Amino acid sequence: MRATRFRATLAAFTVLAVVGLTGCGGDSTDPPAGGDGISGELTVFAAASLTESFTRIGQDFEAAHQGVKVTFSFAGSSALATQINQGAPADVFASAAPVNMTTVTDAGNGDGEPTVFVRNQLVIAVPKGNPDGVTGLSDLTKPGVKVALCAEQVPCGAAARKALDAAGVALTPVTLEQDVKGALSKVRLGEVDAALVYRTDARAAATDVDGIEFPESAGAINDYPIIVLKDAANKPAARAFVEYVLADTGRSVLTAAGFQAS
Amino acid sequence: MSHTTGEVTRPTTVAPPTRTRRTGRIPVALLLPAALGLLFLVLPLAGLLVHTPWSTLPQRLTEPGVLTALRLSVQTATLATLLCLALGVPLAWLLARVRFPGRRVVRALVTVPLVLPPVVGGVALLLVFGRRGLIGSWLDTTFGITLPFTTTGVVLAEAFVAMPFLIIAVEGALRGADTRYEEAAATLGAGRWTTFTHVTLPLVAPGIAAGAVLCWARALGEFGATITFAGNYPGRTQTMPLAVYLALETDLEAAIVLSLILLTVSVVILASLRDRWISAP
Repeated sequence: MRATRFRATLAAFTVLAVVGLTGCGGDSTDPPAGGDGISGELTVFAAASLTESFTRIGQDFEAAHQGVKVTFSFAGSSALATQINQGAPADVFASAAPVNMTTVTDAGNGDGEPTVFVRNQLVIAVPKGNPDGVTGLSDLTKPGVKVALCAEQVPCGAAARKALDAAGVALTPVTLEQDVKGALSKVRLGEVDAALVYRTDARAAATDVDGIEFPESAGAINDYPIIVLKDAANKPAARAFVEYVLADTGRSVLTAAGFQAS
Repeated sequence: MSHTTGEVTRPTTVAPPTRTRRTGRIPVALLLPAALGLLFLVLPLAGLLVHTPWSTLPQRLTEPGVLTALRLSVQTATLATLLCLALGVPLAWLLARVRFPGRRVVRALVTVPLVLPPVVGGVALLLVFGRRGLIGSWLDTTFGITLPFTTTGVVLAEAFVAMPFLIIAVEGALRGADTRYEEAAATLGAGRWTTFTHVTLPLVAPGIAAGAVLCWARALGEFGATITFAGNYPGRTQTMPLAVYLALETDLEAAIVLSLILLTVSVVILASLRDRWISAP
């Protein structure tokens, strides 16, 4: 009885082994769909402002490279940079500001040089219909107009500071938010009359807010760099993903979301 | 506190001259997990200490923004605790001493801020006390008062998150307290209010103190509801946890120093209060 079961198990293993071997052989001779031999898991750490566009790009990438599974971790760029430097298992890092990319490359965790793949620009987010008739930065200093900015420690706050300085506007906000989504939500909830946010964020919230363009934002454009990481477990897929983002395929998704092509 | 009201002294609080505990070996089954638990709680703190930039510490301490945030934190946490005491102790008494329909539901509702992510709590507060909120819009049009982005807003956010800690501690103390003293006071002709102030309160004073300490500590560390409801502006709504979070964006060392300052201040205050309020063995 026992011997029979052993033999059956052995047979099953043999079959599996043969199938496995032939399977492997098949892989090495016949490239999978996509034709580039890229497969396996790919982990991308990307800035929170890329959530919508990168999720879409990830789906397109998976469709173009059958056998690749892309996993994203979206968070603030500085938090992601800290995680990467502490050894988090990531293959690609896309940052919302060069400074957080420098944190990673200075620690020697980048593979090669980062590439700027898009730029983002500030707009004035106001409640839908623009009830206060805001047309430019100077309107934000009117009495009774409450404004939310990002704190200067985060990229959107640094950009806002630059733009306000360029315009020579002395603005006292009611709050300095921890990130751009925080500033935007204060507008959506009607707690402030305006906030300086990225064009992409205003566009993503288009049902609740209007984005007012202003000329001084041109002097405070934020570059988004992307890089393959030194300790990437899946470098072929990581390189292919970065190329995909930089190519027209990725760019069209990003520009549709309101980013500027670099 | 409880010792000043001489007439009513619980027999159990009369301490033996020497506090000898039950002798015998400490069971390993208790000692091992206890030691692991302590390590688990203390190790992250040790991690902070190891990474503290001691050489630049004095310089960072004197930065004006740090003291402003620290003062605001201590002030708002204390005010929030007072607000919680004023509202929470009566609510705890109601839950412990009065039978009313739906008491279980109310008891569950009281714990809602505990399970609610604080950021969601902040949004909920905005929907009620915000400029467009249910009560906030009325406050704005009638009195011209807006609560978001003010120090009062910080106190409200902290009280919302911290009050359950006080209520649960006080209700637990009330339910554990011997009701015979209250009954005796009632038979001697004391009304419910007199019984509450002269018998119940002194009886559960240690429980109230413990609850207030928990409440204050939770308010001091509050982040999510505060930044969502009251925003972040130095000197007005930027408490220490908010300053720590923003420092983390650019300067890990500064964030560690700020955390250490907050920890030290809170531990010193809590330790000194503990000696005074709670008769620690």
